Amino acid sequence: MPANLQLDANGNLRHFLTVEGLKRQTLTDILDLAESFATVDAQSVKKVPLLRGKTIANLFFESSTRTRTTFELAAKRLSADVLNINIQTSATSKGESLLDMLHNLEAMHCDMFVVRHADSGAAHFIARHVAPHVSVVNAGDGRHAHPTQGMLDMFTIRRHKGPDFGALRVAIVGDIMHSRVARSQIHALNILGVGELRAIAPKTLVPPEASALGVHVFHDMARGLKDVDVVIMLRLQRERMQGALIPSGSEFYQLYGLDTDMLAHAKPDAIVMHPGPINRGIEIDSAVADGEQSVILEQVSNGIAVRMAVMSMCLGRGPEAAGEGS
Amino acid sequence: MHTVIRNGRLIDPANRRDETADIYIAAGRIAAIGAAPAGFSVQKEIEARGRWVLPGLVDLRAHLREPGQKHKGSIASETRAAAAGGITTLCCAPDTSPVIDTVAVVELIRRRASDAGMAHVLPLAALTPGLAGEQISEMHALQQAGCVAVSNGKTPMANTLVLRRAMEYAAGLDIPVLLYAEDPWLGASGCVHEGVVSTRLGLPGIPACAEVIAVGRDLLLIEQTGVRAHFSQLSSARAVELVAAAQQRGVPVTADVSAHQLYLTEMDVGQFNSLCHVRPPLRSQRDRDGLRAALSEGVISAVCSDHQPHDTDAKLAPFPATEPGISALETLLPLALRLVEENVLPLHEAIGRVTWQPANILGLSAGTLSLGTRADICIVDPERYWTVSAKNLVSRGKNTPFTGWELKGKVTHTLLDGKLVYENAH
Repeated sequence: MPANLQLDANGNLRHFLTVEGLKRQTLTDILDLAESFATVDAQSVKKVPLLRGKTIANLFFESSTRTRTTFELAAKRLSADVLNINIQTSATSKGESLLDMLHNLEAMHCDMFVVRHADSGAAHFIARHVAPHVSVVNAGDGRHAHPTQGMLDMFTIRRHKGPDFGALRVAIVGDIMHSRVARSQIHALNILGVGELRAIAPKTLVPPEASALGVHVFHDMARGLKDVDVVIMLRLQRERMQGALIPSGSEFYQLYGLDTDMLAHAKPDAIVMHPGPINRGIEIDSAVADGEQSVILEQVSNGIAVRMAVMSMCLGRGPEAAGEGS
Repeated sequence: MHTVIRNGRLIDPANRRDETADIYIAAGRIAAIGAAPAGFSVQKEIEARGRWVLPGLVDLRAHLREPGQKHKGSIASETRAAAAGGITTLCCAPDTSPVIDTVAVVELIRRRASDAGMAHVLPLAALTPGLAGEQISEMHALQQAGCVAVSNGKTPMANTLVLRRAMEYAAGLDIPVLLYAEDPWLGASGCVHEGVVSTRLGLPGIPACAEVIAVGRDLLLIEQTGVRAHFSQLSSARAVELVAAAQQRGVPVTADVSAHQLYLTEMDVGQFNSLCHVRPPLRSQRDRDGLRAALSEGVISAVCSDHQPHDTDAKLAPFPATEPGISALETLLPLALRLVEENVLPLHEAIGRVTWQPANILGLSAGTLSLGTRADICIVDPERYWTVSAKNLVSRGKNTPFTGWELKGKVTHTLLDGKLVYENAH
């Protein structure tokens, strides 16, 4: 097994499974390429021909609207053909194994699988077993990783705060334990050399060795937000209110909800992010979600450019190829 | 049948024997060592120069997958693997399908084992019918049918009252109880050790305290009931500390460890390597070192395989959806011998931990080369290196994280009741 499954022999991206273990240069390449695609978005003709003739299959074993849609748009703007496979109604529910299904899709000459799955490690598993011509992009596996979300958040931060991550203090607030988004953000921020990274949550929602990931853990929201440049809120899944993780939504909101008073502890020009979908009144107040410091909707549109960048790079149409095309 | 094994180095730790000598076998038993007994006419001769002649290994836990899961293994296929690994006596876990909770299942297993004729198979009886933890099983009847101990498999006992009753009942019948220590709630949803790796990979964890709490509770009940008890497959340093303290107080308790726990840690899970999905999970380096220390101090007196052969599909899925367990019969002896090279145990103790000591825990007459005992013998080429691979494994299960490891020490012959059941001289 290669040291890093997601890189080819030349160190170029072949799959995009996790941010962990990638070089800072690779992340910067993704961000730069996404920046060049972001202008495509603004044009009246929104397509570039980079992936013409390629077929991309969206395999969503877990439901998702936002992520699937932005992946689909990203693929279409690169001129690829897109296949959406709705797994709930497909063969795996008839007892076909995951691998059998993948091999059938390979036989239909798909070039890329975009995979979302409820089990941590699903994207790695698929990448390990696909034919050599197929790339795998992880669109979220269990609690493990959601690397394109992590990268679009970096893209959003860079657009607002500039390329020097070393000057930034970032706080991630909420259910870090169960969050694949948080894990990808943490790896990306650390690789990009963030000045300080904080995790703010009750002890029940912080994984036991969080400090080994390179975060400072705070249980007091006001202290944790003090002087931060970026506040990243996480979605609190409704099911966490069972299982004795938090007593109630209202107590959670009291302690860890972001309203304007709480946000005042951060720097005055701090930006507020959220991967969506947001629970108004559970983790964030509408006044903040829709307020001046919020960049939540920008994150969604940035998602398209970042996913275009990742897809092009995995299919060997990286920065150089994109340059020729423009 | 009269058989002689010539010129081998006989290592029999139970009898403090270590010498180069001939060993004579007649009527399935060890008849003499050194000079031929009167009236011995050699019918079969095995040359063992440069090799070690050991008691056949005794394994306290293996899953043979029969009845119920013959796509993973059968009594015939897995006892053949045992013979290839030099194991002549093994306890089969009660979590077959149906569970070993009736005399009929015990008889079925014993009959299949005796038809196969590759190893002595000793069933472990279910502590509670169906392993459900609600009632106590017919321990006396199951013992009469041939079970050597009772165990609830790897299904944790949630109900403390039932556990106490089961221990009391077993104590009255002097049946040993084998305990798998895991708090049913703390361990419920996990698939790896709760620690650095579970945090990094986003896999639900099983904290070490799930084991420690269960060991603590069980020790108090052992002390109260006076049952002969044994902890199977301990995985954490803190749990063995509790066992050591209890042993010092004179509590009649013993413990074993799976061989893989002495070599692998949570780090070996790496990027979701499902071959390292085991239960109890691979824990931290500190835990591994604690297990090794407990083994060398004698707190842990046996090393077992916890053999769990799987079909290929069982490991071909995203990590949490794979089935736990390692195909381990054939790596037990070389991994035990490797403890000598890694200065964990002297040679005689390493061999003792897989022969007479596990036998002693259950009061079995096995694991020695004593005169008059059954001639269960394993001959090893101690210098032969071999690489673990699917091709080299006899077991139907090829699921081992040791694939690719070069191990030293290969069984060349295995004798069961004096009969050659495995031979691989080259």
